[in-house]
Amino acid sequence: MQSVIGWIKAVDGVDLTIHQGKTLGLVGESGCGKSTIGRLILKLLEPDEGRVMYHGQDMSGLSDEAMKPLRKEMQIIFQDPYGSLNPRMTVGQSIEEGLRTVGMKGHGERKKKVAHLLEMVRLRPEAAAFYPHQFSGGQRQRIGIARALGVDPSLIICDEPVSALDVSIQSQIINLLKELQNQLGLSYLFISHDLNVVGYLSDTIAVMYLGHIMEYAPAEVFYDNPLHPYTLALLSAIPSSEPGDRHTLPSLAGDVPSPFNPPPGCKFQGRCPLVEDRCRKEEISLYPVRAEHLVRCWKVIGD
Amino acid sequence: MLSVQDLKIYFIGDRSVARALDGASYEVRTGETVCLVGESGCGKTVSALAILGIVPQPPGKVMGGKVLLDGQNLLDLDEEEMQQVRGKRIAMVFQEPMTSLNPVFTIEDQISEAIMVHEKAGANEIRKRCIQLLRDVGIPSPEERLKDYPHQLSGGQRQRVMIAMALACNPDVMIADEPTTALDVTVQAQILRLFQELQQTKRMSLLYITHDLGVVANIADRIYVMYAGIIVEQGDTSHIFQDSRHPYTQGLLASLPSRTKRGGALHSIPGLVPDPSDKPLGCPFHPRCSFAVKSCKIKFPEMYDYGEGHVSRCPVLYNKK
Repeated sequence: MQSVIGWIKAVDGVDLTIHQGKTLGLVGESGCGKSTIGRLILKLLEPDEGRVMYHGQDMSGLSDEAMKPLRKEMQIIFQDPYGSLNPRMTVGQSIEEGLRTVGMKGHGERKKKVAHLLEMVRLRPEAAAFYPHQFSGGQRQRIGIARALGVDPSLIICDEPVSALDVSIQSQIINLLKELQNQLGLSYLFISHDLNVVGYLSDTIAVMYLGHIMEYAPAEVFYDNPLHPYTLALLSAIPSSEPGDRHTLPSLAGDVPSPFNPPPGCKFQGRCPLVEDRCRKEEISLYPVRAEHLVRCWKVIGD
Repeated sequence: MLSVQDLKIYFIGDRSVARALDGASYEVRTGETVCLVGESGCGKTVSALAILGIVPQPPGKVMGGKVLLDGQNLLDLDEEEMQQVRGKRIAMVFQEPMTSLNPVFTIEDQISEAIMVHEKAGANEIRKRCIQLLRDVGIPSPEERLKDYPHQLSGGQRQRVMIAMALACNPDVMIADEPTTALDVTVQAQILRLFQELQQTKRMSLLYITHDLGVVANIADRIYVMYAGIIVEQGDTSHIFQDSRHPYTQGLLASLPSRTKRGGALHSIPGLVPDPSDKPLGCPFHPRCSFAVKSCKIKFPEMYDYGEGHVSRCPVLYNKK
């Protein structure tokens, strides 16, 4: 027996657009719903309301069968590639499995493609014969990328792909993602909690808090003229690698509230330094302050 | 205060020996925040475990060196004597508060245990101390939180409780091993500020271990950069960030992504950290170093002094000066 004790609105009324060949950075703290969005786009989850459009086609009503050709177009890479690679399969077998599902029949053809994919991610073709545990974290992430590229996707959901990596390896993977984007015209949805990485890679940035998009802007605008108090708090909470900025660590009091029981009005009201009466009562929608720059805040929008 | 001298710790397996710590020396002076920075597997955590005498032995083995606390070598102490040091003189905070807190005991049980191990005090007195400790680490309504179990607290609050436990006996030195790595940025900023405040009010020495150079820039007085079990560079925060004299430190700093570096390719250090059981001869960084010359492959580098405590283990950059 199961009984429903409550609903979690993981993602609530989110509008996002990812353009061909561009990167949309999705930032937020744990539990804000950013990974859920990635899964909704891939139709690994179904939205209760709303649509995911791909090249003008609404995917929400599609059957599994009808989704098949679209699945080829969209791939995902995860934070921990070790968890997503079968430890009992060689790297070659893992990558080939993806090729087989999209109908690549010839054994020789698949072998050749695997070798080519490994080269694209700067691994030697011989790597195909080894098992995942024989690689380092950075190499495993390259394998995850090779596997995603196998079906010639045009959109890749990158869910915290460099968060578990050391700094010196992280920059290798970031550079690789960037090169592949230039080379293949890929679009990325880059999900991360790290504003330094997102700021480096993204063309457009969206900040999420408790299932809501709080601010949405082109990267330059986002950093030069951020408006939402939560964005400001996030930006100032990044430990800067300039030692001169020390002792200015701001503190945003409290923790993210439980999504089971979100506050009324603005979701950020409990932690917002600028909070006023209206924020506690009235919901607010994402409002354009100028072209392509949207903010969800009563204080910013005024009346 | 605390000084680690030429410490060597090897992990001995059936077929190989992993040289986790290969002669590392560093010191933490009274009231100072010292950061030990390095990537995974560089030996930073092992050296902290060694200070507290909790390296698993076997397979671990201390092959040489000293850990001096006010001149006394902790490696010479037996287990009973070491228990008087742990928690009371040196306390430690770990990365994952959920795994270091016992899920079946309340917050009060766990903090009072930390006090009772070292001191005799009445129940009332202990409860008062617990409440004060929770207040010190910024937990709201501490009287009520005492009855809570770890799962009832958020990640940031759990880490505050861990810090409260570490503070329980007013240690002289606190070792914090990646204490904010598992936390969100806004919560991380809260905890970092807490460390700064506590250190100033309690005049405690802090040894802060992390891989995050951003965090280091914000809290460190002095920095030791580790690579493959050795210290490759040490100095004041400004030396390391603005005037680094080691190719590894320079490479790490250049690899940090930021929005100001948009457009161009990000610098990256080629290759991988060496396997601790199969380290290259000579300078351990030479296979990844763009400055490497022939002698780097053979000769283990000395420490070169740049004055004011800034020291780096790279002869090539030193001779270029």
